[in-house]
Amino acid sequence: MTAFLIRRIGFAFVTLFAVLTLVFVIVRIVPGDPAQVILGDQASREAIEAMHERLGLNKPIVTQYAEFLGNAVKGDWGVSMVSGRPVMAEVLNVLPWTIELTVVSLIIGVVLGVPLGVWAAVRRNRFFDYAARIASLLGLSFPAFVSAIILLFLFAIEVHWFPVISARSGSLAAWTQSITLPAINLGLISAAYITRVTRSAMLEVLSEDYVRTARAKGVPARSVVWRHALRNALIPIITVVGLYLSILIGNSVLTEIVFSRPGLGKLIVGALNQRDYTMLQGMMVIYTLAVVVVNLLVDIAYGFVDPRVKLG
Amino acid sequence: MSDIVAPVAPPAPASNALRATLRAFNTNKASWIGLAIFLIVVAAAILAPLIAPHDPLDQDVLDRLKPPSAEHLLGTDYYGRDTFSRLLYGARVSLVIGIVSTLIAMAAGTLIGMLAGWRGGRFDTITMQIMDMLLAFPSLILGLIIVAMLGPSIENIIAAIALTSVPPFARIARAPTIAVKGRDFVEACRSLGFSDTRILSVHILPNIFPEILVMGSLWLANAIRTEASLAFIGLGLKPPTPTWGGMIREGFENILDSAWLAIAPGVAILIVIFALNLLGDGLRDAVDPKLKNEA
Repeated sequence: MTAFLIRRIGFAFVTLFAVLTLVFVIVRIVPGDPAQVILGDQASREAIEAMHERLGLNKPIVTQYAEFLGNAVKGDWGVSMVSGRPVMAEVLNVLPWTIELTVVSLIIGVVLGVPLGVWAAVRRNRFFDYAARIASLLGLSFPAFVSAIILLFLFAIEVHWFPVISARSGSLAAWTQSITLPAINLGLISAAYITRVTRSAMLEVLSEDYVRTARAKGVPARSVVWRHALRNALIPIITVVGLYLSILIGNSVLTEIVFSRPGLGKLIVGALNQRDYTMLQGMMVIYTLAVVVVNLLVDIAYGFVDPRVKLG
Repeated sequence: MSDIVAPVAPPAPASNALRATLRAFNTNKASWIGLAIFLIVVAAAILAPLIAPHDPLDQDVLDRLKPPSAEHLLGTDYYGRDTFSRLLYGARVSLVIGIVSTLIAMAAGTLIGMLAGWRGGRFDTITMQIMDMLLAFPSLILGLIIVAMLGPSIENIIAAIALTSVPPFARIARAPTIAVKGRDFVEACRSLGFSDTRILSVHILPNIFPEILVMGSLWLANAIRTEASLAFIGLGLKPPTPTWGGMIREGFENILDSAWLAIAPGVAILIVIFALNLLGDGLRDAVDPKLKNEA
């Protein structure tokens, strides 16, 4: 397990390094002078020179690269070109909103998706299976912002159950009110993915010899399905949930926009509109970090679910 | 997952593989429905100038934000433009961007995957690791950043979507290439002095083509969704060109009193994506019954 983990952590660092380099290159090949963008067309030559100095753009490219990497490791991602506050502070400020939303919607997705997938597999080619398959295919066909707009329209505009702007916090009631619709939106889409992968993983496992053996020796049907089979189906489920995270991140951006909910999504769109390059750099790093950390967690989860992985 | 080498059927002539696929596809009603809906949308997009009751760019300030009526089937938007006509023209943008970017990703991904599988060794390891990184990175965020930096022209949007769709094709092309590489008939081809290019394109590509086609239909759905998402965020083709995502973006501003403006194009996108998913799902069952309904 240790060797396995060390190798995976090594790969995580390589990925992070590669993305940081990519970010550095992209930001520098973009047409236009960032200093000019920040100061506007009317800026004097001196002001632009001064801004170059401040942003470190007048140093040799290699020095810039080394400083960029060094600072990124130290957690210093510069200051936002728009607000003047440190990028790190701005990101940390909204990060809890996004993490909260992602975690709650993943829980909804797992709680709905896993049982639905298992039941569909057990009732293969019967009505419930068809219904679950069509429903999950429909669910994963929804662009997240379309389903969000429909939920918003139904439950916040037609029926005033929830606020149109989901940015409340403080009390538990306010928190629940503001997270419910966004979390249901992302949760239902996640459930659609998880139902499908659970169903196909279970179908694969249910035809295995050890399932037949368990049945033959008189293990109750319920226990065969939920203990023997599901446990073995977990590996592909975890893999897909891990891969799904990158889709979930994209969907959460769209959801946050529709529900006017603070979070990384609103931050990145704001940074895009205002051409806040330092902010974009920081956001790329944080997204990569998220992906790398989740991949590591998925690898560790393999080890827990399947002891054989430890040998790998 | 990328290390799993799927067993590959004997390299039958391509026409046989294709015929078997078509036969299996024939029996799947859901995928026929998907195909039919998709073709109707394609026809509507091509025939837009003939079907559209109004000019999609024609503004009429006296007819602003009108609810659906006989004159305007889906009402009018903030500038008094006919929503139904804009929807028809918007389909063109979605389909062109979706299809072109998927074709590019298909070609590039297949080439990369086949080369990686064929050459093996360090080239394979490094290429596939780059693909894994690309796959792990949120594609919407990557597309967003590329389009925002380079500008929302049709070429840039296509390039961004194509780039994010390459890895799945590379993965799916690689495994069968490795499996076929070790087989006797490839050895025979080699001893006959066939070039790598000829072996890959004549003897390996036809065998993996059905699977690539399946991925193509599923990723076309994804490409259309990504284009709409980018346009919704404000990184679509510039107004007044009608795009579905852009229409939702504009309609969303009037959601409180004219909800149909955002919901009509939303349902249009949903229908196209659902149709493509039905089609792709059925095709996948036809191509590889073993993979039935893997997510």
